[in-house]
Amino acid sequence: MSVLPRDGLVAVVKRDCPTCELTAPVLGDLANRAGLQVYTQDDPNFPENVPHRIDDTGLDVSHRLKIEVVPTLIRLQDGAEVDRTYGWDRAEWERVAGLAGLGGGLPEMRPGCGARNIEPGIIERLKIRFNETGLRSRRIELGGDEDEHEAMHERGWSDGLPLVPPTEERVLKMLDGTARDPQEVVGIVPPILAPATVEKIAINAVMAGCKPEYMPVVLAAVEAVLDETFAMHGVLATTMFVGPVVIVNGSVRRRIGMNAKGNALGQGNRANGAIGRALQLVIRNIGGGKPQEVDRATLGNPGKYTYCFAEDEEGSCWEPLAVERVGLKAGQSAVTVFAGFGLQGVVDQKSRTPESLSRSFAESLKVMFNVKSAPSADALIVMSPEHERTYREAGWSKARVYEELYKLTEIPGEDLVAGAKGIAEGGPASRAGTMVSKFRPGGLMIVRAGGNAGMFSGIIGGWSSSGPRGSTPVTKEVRN
Amino acid sequence: MSVLLDPTSEQSPTLRPRLERPDALDGLTIGILDIAKARGDVFLKRLGERLAERGVAFKHYAKPTNTRPAPLPLQQQIATEVNLVIEGLSD
Repeated sequence: MSVLPRDGLVAVVKRDCPTCELTAPVLGDLANRAGLQVYTQDDPNFPENVPHRIDDTGLDVSHRLKIEVVPTLIRLQDGAEVDRTYGWDRAEWERVAGLAGLGGGLPEMRPGCGARNIEPGIIERLKIRFNETGLRSRRIELGGDEDEHEAMHERGWSDGLPLVPPTEERVLKMLDGTARDPQEVVGIVPPILAPATVEKIAINAVMAGCKPEYMPVVLAAVEAVLDETFAMHGVLATTMFVGPVVIVNGSVRRRIGMNAKGNALGQGNRANGAIGRALQLVIRNIGGGKPQEVDRATLGNPGKYTYCFAEDEEGSCWEPLAVERVGLKAGQSAVTVFAGFGLQGVVDQKSRTPESLSRSFAESLKVMFNVKSAPSADALIVMSPEHERTYREAGWSKARVYEELYKLTEIPGEDLVAGAKGIAEGGPASRAGTMVSKFRPGGLMIVRAGGNAGMFSGIIGGWSSSGPRGSTPVTKEVRN
Repeated sequence: MSVLLDPTSEQSPTLRPRLERPDALDGLTIGILDIAKARGDVFLKRLGERLAERGVAFKHYAKPTNTRPAPLPLQQQIATEVNLVIEGLSD
């Protein structure tokens, strides 16, 4: 590293800056008259008229001096900075240099250019080199012959698919995606009840393939599943199918390019895929929740790799899910998490009235888990635009649809008794003669998503322990 | 050399720990692997006899040569058939 003088003037410049080129005669003048030392960030031969240029292409001095703009002129005294100016401003330069008559023929003022040492990708490397990252996680040094992808699998970090290696540089960039302090604890992750700091979540977000701008959504999703009412420990440990399903509302959907349209629940969108995966990796790695260990799922479901999508709010006649649930203003961003699994298709291409379509949904909902299962689990209806249109054109509010579906999913108790319909599964004989609700009050949620063509909606089934005795859906605002 | 940040809650060592040794051999099947070093077969045969005397289940395996790692099919066969492996490393 170049040593700074204890006393005198230093300037930091780069050739790729018209203002630095403009001030080259002044730099030469100050070198002659006041012993100015010039540090160059890009081309060690610039400026040619200064005899003793100092090569700072490694940017060590620039970083140490926290240069943000070039040219910067600094006065040092007893090893400490006592004055600085940046860009070209004749009066300022004359004041800092303590000399008059600088830059005859130059304009009075010119703004400077961005310094190289603060460019994205460079600033992170400098912070790592000078141990200024503030990152507290343990560094894992891999052997020279170790393949980093294999090493991550062998350490048990992966859900089974390849991971992006969480280098310090990538984690620093990920942390740029949020204003929150890296050491802030977002929640306590089961099963081992370890604190999830923003930094640890960022490491897992890197591995999942997130971009930094996804971080606020990932953080909100983690916060939501760690809310006590979601019962993440139980959702993980159950033998049933469920995992967290993440539904995103508000302006962030479009800012980060999430898919709410065709194939919204399928593959192919980076944000949908990576956010849901990051959440699962947080549970796995920070919380230690792994299949065949505390995760006791009999079958699980493919959504336990990732299950995240955006609601198609535009054009819907209904308020978005987050607005409906917690009264956020339309456009405010939020995530809602639901303990759910899989997808049961609801195909109805002929209903043209809300009454008929509601019966279709109700009959499909009634078979969830088992036709004999009631009360059953919560359910999330993902309604396609063409089905929603039927309700829209008839002027049905979402509240009215819910009301109709709760009513239509009441089942005669005699159908639910053990042995009825020749099925041993079922409830006690005392149910006969009563009407039993398939869903608890509040146990149904509706979101709109999917392509414009297709009278195909979906039902995402929930957990048998739905509601206050188990898991309740949780909505959290997305904060930057 | 790559340096990665630990994504876990850092409750296990950075180096992968060795598998724990069982307290007893009851109910386990032991693989006896002859790596084809001279007279290893003599030693391992005797070891098998001692295990048989103690009523411990075991199976014999042999590598074609000590100069190369075991062929993948043999590795997979051993991993699916036995719980522990004893191999003769030198002559």
